[in-house]
Amino acid sequence: MGVMFNRTPEGLLDFRRFGGTKFHRTAFAGATTGQQLLYALDEQVRRFEVEGLVHKHEMWEFLGLVRDSDGNCRGIVALDCVSMRIEAFPAMSVMLATGGPGIVFGRSTNSVINTGTAASAAYQEGARYANGEFIQVHPTSIPASDKLRLMSESARGEGGRVWVPRARGDKRAPKSIPESERWYFLEEKYPAYGNLVPRDIATREIFQVCLMGYGVGGKREVYLDLTHIPRKELDIKLGGILEIYEKFVGEDPREVPMKVFPGMHYSMGGLWVDYAADPRHGTLDETSPRNQATNVPGLYAAGEVDYLYHGANRLGANSLVACLYAGKIGGPAMVRDGRDRGARLPPGDGAFAGAKKKWEMEFARLARLSGPENPHVIAEEMGDWMTDNVTVIRHDGKLAETDAKLQELAERWDRIGLSDRSSFANREISFVNQLRNMLVLARVMTRGAGRAPARGVPRRALQGARPREGGHGRKRASARRRELPQNDDRRAHRGWPADHLCGGEHVADSAAPAEVLRDRASQRLTGKLPPACPERSASTSAARTLRPPPLTGRSTSCPTDRARTSSRS
Amino acid sequence: MEVAKDPKTRDGRRTSPVVYDRACLEEVCGSCAMRVNGVARMACTALIDSLAQPVKLEPLAKFPVVRDLSVDRSSMFESLKRVKAWVPIDGTYDLGPGPRMAESERAYAYELSKCITCGNCLEVCPQVNDRSSFMGAAPISQVALFNRHPTGRMLAAERLDALMGEGGLDECGNAQNCVRACPKSIPLTTSIAEMFRATTAHGFRKLFGS
Ligand SMILES: Cc1cc2nc3c(=O)[nH]c(=O)nc-3n(C[C@H](O)[C@H](O)[C@H](O)COP(=O)(O)OP(=O)(O)OC[C@H]3O[C@@H](n4cnc5c(N)ncnc54)[C@H](O)[C@@H]3O)c2cc1C
Ligand code: FES
Repeated sequence: MGVMFNRTPEGLLDFRRFGGTKFHRTAFAGATTGQQLLYALDEQVRRFEVEGLVHKHEMWEFLGLVRDSDGNCRGIVALDCVSMRIEAFPAMSVMLATGGPGIVFGRSTNSVINTGTAASAAYQEGARYANGEFIQVHPTSIPASDKLRLMSESARGEGGRVWVPRARGDKRAPKSIPESERWYFLEEKYPAYGNLVPRDIATREIFQVCLMGYGVGGKREVYLDLTHIPRKELDIKLGGILEIYEKFVGEDPREVPMKVFPGMHYSMGGLWVDYAADPRHGTLDETSPRNQATNVPGLYAAGEVDYLYHGANRLGANSLVACLYAGKIGGPAMVRDGRDRGARLPPGDGAFAGAKKKWEMEFARLARLSGPENPHVIAEEMGDWMTDNVTVIRHDGKLAETDAKLQELAERWDRIGLSDRSSFANREISFVNQLRNMLVLARVMTRGAGRAPARGVPRRALQGARPREGGHGRKRASARRRELPQNDDRRAHRGWPADHLCGGEHVADSAAPAEVLRDRASQRLTGKLPPACPERSASTSAARTLRPPPLTGRSTSCPTDRARTSSRS
Repeated sequence: MEVAKDPKTRDGRRTSPVVYDRACLEEVCGSCAMRVNGVARMACTALIDSLAQPVKLEPLAKFPVVRDLSVDRSSMFESLKRVKAWVPIDGTYDLGPGPRMAESERAYAYELSKCITCGNCLEVCPQVNDRSSFMGAAPISQVALFNRHPTGRMLAAERLDALMGEGGLDECGNAQNCVRACPKSIPLTTSIAEMFRATTAHGFRKLFGS
C-alpha cells in the first residue's frame, strides 16, 4: 500500500523483535510503523473517494443505533459536530471501528478521541461487551500531566536496557553511576528474554521495583537506556520516538537514559464479536456473515473496539495486524449479511425518525443541564480512580470502592452545568454525552476486574498471557466462548472467563495489600520466591492448550504448574 | 484541560471553553496547528514554560475558521487528491512480495513520509493567499515521496501533470518559509527543487513526444 518498511542490505524487508518474542519477526517503518500504516490507509481511502467508492462524513459523531422492530440494526444516528445537526443514516449493515477506550483512564497513550463512547453506546443498546478489564498497561511511557506518551517497545527491541540504581534514592546523574551499581532487573531475572519480556511482566516488574523504593530518585520512574547504541543507528531505527521524547522532556535520549513508567495503552476487551468455522477443516470460514458480527443482528465491530485476537495480553505489533485482518474478513461479512437479510429499510421508515427524535430530545436535555458540576472535573476523577485501581494492581476492596465511586460520579453527572450553550461546534455538549458513556464503560471494566474466580496467586496473570499470533488467539477465544453458557442479560461479565489478567496483579486478600505486595516482590527479587516462569509459560505449545481454571472456588495452583500439566495433555 | 474545568474571561467572568482541535497530543495527527505567540506551530508540543507569557493563541489564517481556534483544513486534503498522493494498488488479490528497495532510498523517503498535513507550511507561505490557488509545499513534497516509491512511480507522470497545472509549482515564490515552519523537519524546499527539475524534464518529454 505504499508503506516503505526498513530494508536489509539486499533490499528485502528487515525485521525486529518485540516484547515476548524471541525472533526478529516484525517488519517496521522507522520507529513510527503504526503511524506510517495509518497514513497509507488514509491515502488509499482518499483514492477510493476520488473513484467515488467511498463517501466520508468527517466531523460527524456516532451517537447510537437505529434498530427495527425485530431488533436488527438498520443504521445509525450521528451528530454533525459543526452544525450540531442530528441525522439518522440508513444502512444495510453497520461496522464500528471506533478504537479503544483509553480516555476512561484519564491519561493514557491513546489519542483523546479514544473515549470508547461508541462501544459503550452500543453496549447500552444491547451489544455484548467482553473482557472489559483486559487492559494492557505499556511498561514504558513518558509520564506527563496531559498524556502518557508511548516510548515504543522498539526501543527495547533495538537493545534498550531497563535499569535502576542499586542504591535506593541514589541522586547521582545516571551516566555517573558505574555498571556495577546499576540494577538491570529484567535482564537479571529473565535471562532468556532480557529486556524483551512480554509487556505484562515488564510492567509489573517496573511497578514493583518502584513500589520497593528503587525508582529513580525514589519516584515512579525507571531508566530506559539507549546511550550504549551509536547515535547514527538510533537515528535511523528510532529517530521518530526519540524526537518525541526530546520534544516533551527536553533531554537527548541518545546521551541521557530516558525516564519511563508504565501507562495505560490498549484494551484487549471490547465488543463481543463472532466468527464461523468451516466444518470441513475447522479453520475460519471466510465466507460467513458471522465473522466480526456482534450479537446485534447487522452490527459489526473491528479493530481495537472488538474483543477478539489478543487474549488477555497483546503482543507488540499485533494490534495493527488484527485491525487489518478483522477488516478483511469483516467487510465481506457485512456485505453478505446485508444481502441475506434483504433490502435495507426505506429511509422513510419510522425507525429512523424515531431514533433521530430520541437523540434530538436527549441533546436538547443536555443543552439545558445547569447544575453545579463540571464535566471535566468528573472526568478527571474517573481517570484517576481507574488508573489507580484498575490497571496494574487490582485489589478487591479497591475495586468495590471504585465501583461505588463511579456510581457517585454518575449521579453527579446528572447535576452537570453545561458551560457552552452555543448551537454551533459545541464540543462541550458532545463531551458530556461521551462522559456518560465513559462512566458506563468504566463500570464494566471495574466489575469485570472483580469477577470470580478470586485470584490470590498473582502470577495467574501469566497463564495464557502470551498468545500466539492472531489466528491462535482467535481459536482460543472461541473455544472458551463455547464452554460458557451464553447469557443474554447485559451484565459486565461476558465473553470468556477471566483466567488471566493483563499486565495487572489481582490482589484478593484485603489486608495490607501494599505490604503483601512489597513483601512478595522483594522475596521474589531476592530469590526467595521463584521468579515467575516466563520461559515455560511463554512456550507457545503450553499457551495453546491452556484451559481456564475452575469457575468456582479459589485456585491456588501456580500457573507454572498448570502450564506444565496442560502442555502434557 | 485545566482551563476547561473553569473557563473565565480576562476580567474573571465565566465563559465557554475555547474550541480547538487535537487528538494525538504528540505530533502525529496534525490537527492542533495554530498560531502560538504569532508563530504557526503544533500546539501540543508548545511547552507552556518555554513560552513568553501571557500566551497569545490565534487560529491559522489561511484556512476558514470553524470556531475559536478550530479551522477547516480540507483544502489541503483536496490538493492531495489532485496530485494522487497514494500508491495505486489493487487490493483484491495477492500481488506477491513487494519490490526490493535500497535502504538508503527508503531512509530518505521516510523523511518525506513524516508529513502530518498540519498546514503550517501553507500558513507561512506568502503565495498561499486569497488571490492564488497555490497548493503549498506539503502536497508537492508528497509527489516527491510517491514518485520515489517503486510502485507509486506508476502514476509519476499524472502527478507531475497536476503539479504543472493551476495552483501548482509555478506559483511557488521560493520564500523558503515552509521548510522552517515544518514541525517534522521535512526537507520541503529540496522536494520543491526536485519537482521543479522533474516537471521540466517531464515537459520536455511531452513536448517531444517521447
Ligand atoms: C502510541 C501508540 C502506539 C501504538 N503502536 C502500535 C504498534 O506499533 N503496532 C501495533 O500493532 N499497534 C500499536 N498500537 C495500537 C494500535 O495503534 C491501535 O490499537 C489501533 O490503531 C486501533 O485502530 P482502530 O482503527 O481500531 O481504532 P483507532 O485508530 O483508534 O480509530 C478509531 C476512530 O474512530 C473514531 N471514533 C471514535 N468514536 C467515534 C464516534 N462516536 N463517532 C465517530 N467516530 C468515532 C475516532 O475518532 C478514530 O478516528 C499503538 C497505539 C498507541 C496509542
Ligand atoms: S494533537 Fe495531534 S499533532 Fe498535535
